[in-house]
Amino acid sequence: MAESKQPDTQAPAEKEPKKEQGFMRVFLQELTSQSLLIPILAIFTGLVLGAIIIILTSEEVYAGFGKSFGAGLSASWNAVRTAYNALFTSAIGSPSRMIAALQGDDALEIRRTFNPILESLVASTPYIFAGLAVALGFRSGLFNIGVEGQLFIGAIFSAYVGYRFAGLPAFIHLPFALLAGMLGGALWGFIPGWLKAKTGGHEVINTIMMNYIAFRLSEWLLMGPMKRPDSFNPVSPTIADSAKLPSFFEPPIRFHAGFFLALFVAWLVYWFLFKTKWGFELRTVGANRHAARYAGMNITVVTVAAMSLSGALAGLAGANEVLGVNYNLALAFSAGYGFDAIALALLGKSHPLGVVLAALLFGTLRSGALGMQLTAGIPIDIISVLQAFILAFIAAPAIIRTIYRLRKPGTKEEDSLVLSGWGEG
Amino acid sequence: MATATANTITQTTYVSPTRQRVMGMVFLGFAVAIWVLFGRETEPGVITTFGMAVGAQAGSIEPLRLPSLATLNILALASAFVGAGQLARGFGRYTNWMLALVTGFFIFSFLTWAAADKSLNLVGLLNTSLSRAVPITLGAMSGILCERAGVVNIAIEGMMLFGAMSGTLVASVTDNLWLGVLAAVITGALLAVVHAVFSIKYMVDQIVSGTVINIFSVGMTSYISSKFLQHYQELNRPGTFRAFPIPVLADIPVVGPILFNNNMFVYAMFAFLILLHVALFYTRWGLRLRSVGEHPRAADTLGINVFRTRYMAVILGGMMAGFGGAFFSLGSVGRFDEVMTAGRGFIGLAAMIFGNWTPFGAFGAGLLFGFADSLQARLAILGIPIPSQFLLMVPYVATMIVLAGVVGRGEMPAADGQPYVKE
Repeated sequence: MAESKQPDTQAPAEKEPKKEQGFMRVFLQELTSQSLLIPILAIFTGLVLGAIIIILTSEEVYAGFGKSFGAGLSASWNAVRTAYNALFTSAIGSPSRMIAALQGDDALEIRRTFNPILESLVASTPYIFAGLAVALGFRSGLFNIGVEGQLFIGAIFSAYVGYRFAGLPAFIHLPFALLAGMLGGALWGFIPGWLKAKTGGHEVINTIMMNYIAFRLSEWLLMGPMKRPDSFNPVSPTIADSAKLPSFFEPPIRFHAGFFLALFVAWLVYWFLFKTKWGFELRTVGANRHAARYAGMNITVVTVAAMSLSGALAGLAGANEVLGVNYNLALAFSAGYGFDAIALALLGKSHPLGVVLAALLFGTLRSGALGMQLTAGIPIDIISVLQAFILAFIAAPAIIRTIYRLRKPGTKEEDSLVLSGWGEG
Repeated sequence: MATATANTITQTTYVSPTRQRVMGMVFLGFAVAIWVLFGRETEPGVITTFGMAVGAQAGSIEPLRLPSLATLNILALASAFVGAGQLARGFGRYTNWMLALVTGFFIFSFLTWAAADKSLNLVGLLNTSLSRAVPITLGAMSGILCERAGVVNIAIEGMMLFGAMSGTLVASVTDNLWLGVLAAVITGALLAVVHAVFSIKYMVDQIVSGTVINIFSVGMTSYISSKFLQHYQELNRPGTFRAFPIPVLADIPVVGPILFNNNMFVYAMFAFLILLHVALFYTRWGLRLRSVGEHPRAADTLGINVFRTRYMAVILGGMMAGFGGAFFSLGSVGRFDEVMTAGRGFIGLAAMIFGNWTPFGAFGAGLLFGFADSLQARLAILGIPIPSQFLLMVPYVATMIVLAGVVGRGEMPAADGQPYVKE
């Protein structure tokens, strides 16, 4: 009960009416209240700015403008079209080929045409876990910048369990390896959480430091104790088959059960945050520490628990990459998921559903950008630039409102996130 | 005004009885560590040789030869003595100096042990430490400028990275290193304007704003690097600033080669250190800047323009970070590599905290971190069985310890990270 009465920092206005109104009306309301419009416009504006960067850095465009203005314009259009077309086809696939394949009987062709989508889902999976980790932190008023480090430690733990305990039956080995990953991440989150609760040391600084400690630690482990004996590269041994997340297709298609696990965990986080007493306490501490203290909640326990849980989710992201995609641990296994997760948690308004949607977007972008790099010669790093733009517009909705001449919403819908400064304990 | 200034500087001098005891135990712990870790591992009669000269001086200055075991025992005893003194009476306001002294003993013991029966060039080691401290210190000063005015800046890393790249690009195209430096400084300033507008005007959470700049910088510099710098080698050949020995001073034995035979960035860092220290603590400008970071409302009431002060501080900080970024490409390797700052901006942030938001404290921390960095590169040569990664962790672990208040809590600006809303 009392769901509607619970304080909710992120979206205070939209909670109550939901019960009696239909989906469509809520949807329209959300659109007009800008809580959905702003993210969409932010993504759109990010893509436009990305196109401008592509144009500005394209040599063909300069060559075109050298000839005539019209040639320059058409070269610009071509550059953007080729790039975003490559992005789309390698992220989603080609719709016409899909339909043709479905009409035919060739199973291989069907798999091949749907592989881009499946690859996007594979790329989204770590984002879901990492985004949930950051979101859980935000909900409890903590800024966990340490997701990247927690993800590394989680990956180390589950890789170790994965290759060291070969011979266990899969129904024990796989959960064991996943739990180990969670434990590793939780440990790496527990330390800054404990330091925050006990000494007031700000979690942002501590998690940044813990990130680099984790990087150095994994570097050492992969060059020393965990190095594959027969390899010169810093790579761990391959994990046992029994620890692999089951995949559903033949090897070139990497889609695996991790995606469904991620969806399940997202639902679990939703249930925990909004339907349990602990989640309520966590959100109350996040919304107002002082009120939470007066209400008799134990801030210390909640802070430590929130950071540990957030770390555990991050650890799952690492475990997922090791057990579902790479089957070993290499130094460069993470494409900065932990940092991108900050952007996508904000984009998803720290709500599990929003996080899943944002993660799907980011995963699709990343998997599409790989194809864009191959076919259109646009370096994959453009994705980070796009994400930075999207994050900027989400964080400062006033910019979007200025660009699109939107009215400022009347109530305190100001959805920018405000956390405590360094100084506050 | 003078009293206010003095107050701020001496704020941390009170030492509580608990802290006195903890520090005493820490000192004793160092003594035991020196004895157990190094002393007992060293054979009697072994000599440690420290090279005291590099380059032209090599022939004229004798290396320092120390009997390893005796040196270690003396250092352990000295640390124990300081620890006992701390436990018995306490050193009051000199406690932190004693901590620095004992840490110094410990580091020297480590070197004595590591180079036992071998030779280690101390001057070379210290010179590398100094040059590795440069970007860290410049980054820390960038942080100090911003945070003293109440704006958290975790975008130092991004500003440095972008500065390193634009410096390389402009210096390569114009064939002029100074224009490259100018470009780096301007780049830092532009990114700082973004940070300032976001965090001061739009009141975006300053950590989010910093993250935006970091993600953007990594993405954009890598994008430009793999699109252009890797294809057109002539865009990535800026050259480097050569070492410039200061006449007379560079000939001083030992000190000369360490301090007075460096490139422009090292001298500039010292100049900025002194300038920033004086400006922050002994001028009206600095007092105003700090008041904005401590209590913006009071500052506003007194007629200080909080917003303008913050904008100025953040932009100056960005310029400092951009300058520090130029060190990576123009002051060191002479080219741009993707993500070449490799977290040095965050170590700068750590040095700022470690140095208690003061320029010289940050420089001390920068030196310590730079020393750890240059030492790890030599461990393998000396055959020390400590993985270099553990020495590279020192800055991070040390910062967490300082932040936890184990050895005295830092005094961060009170309004650090809080946007100011004018009423």
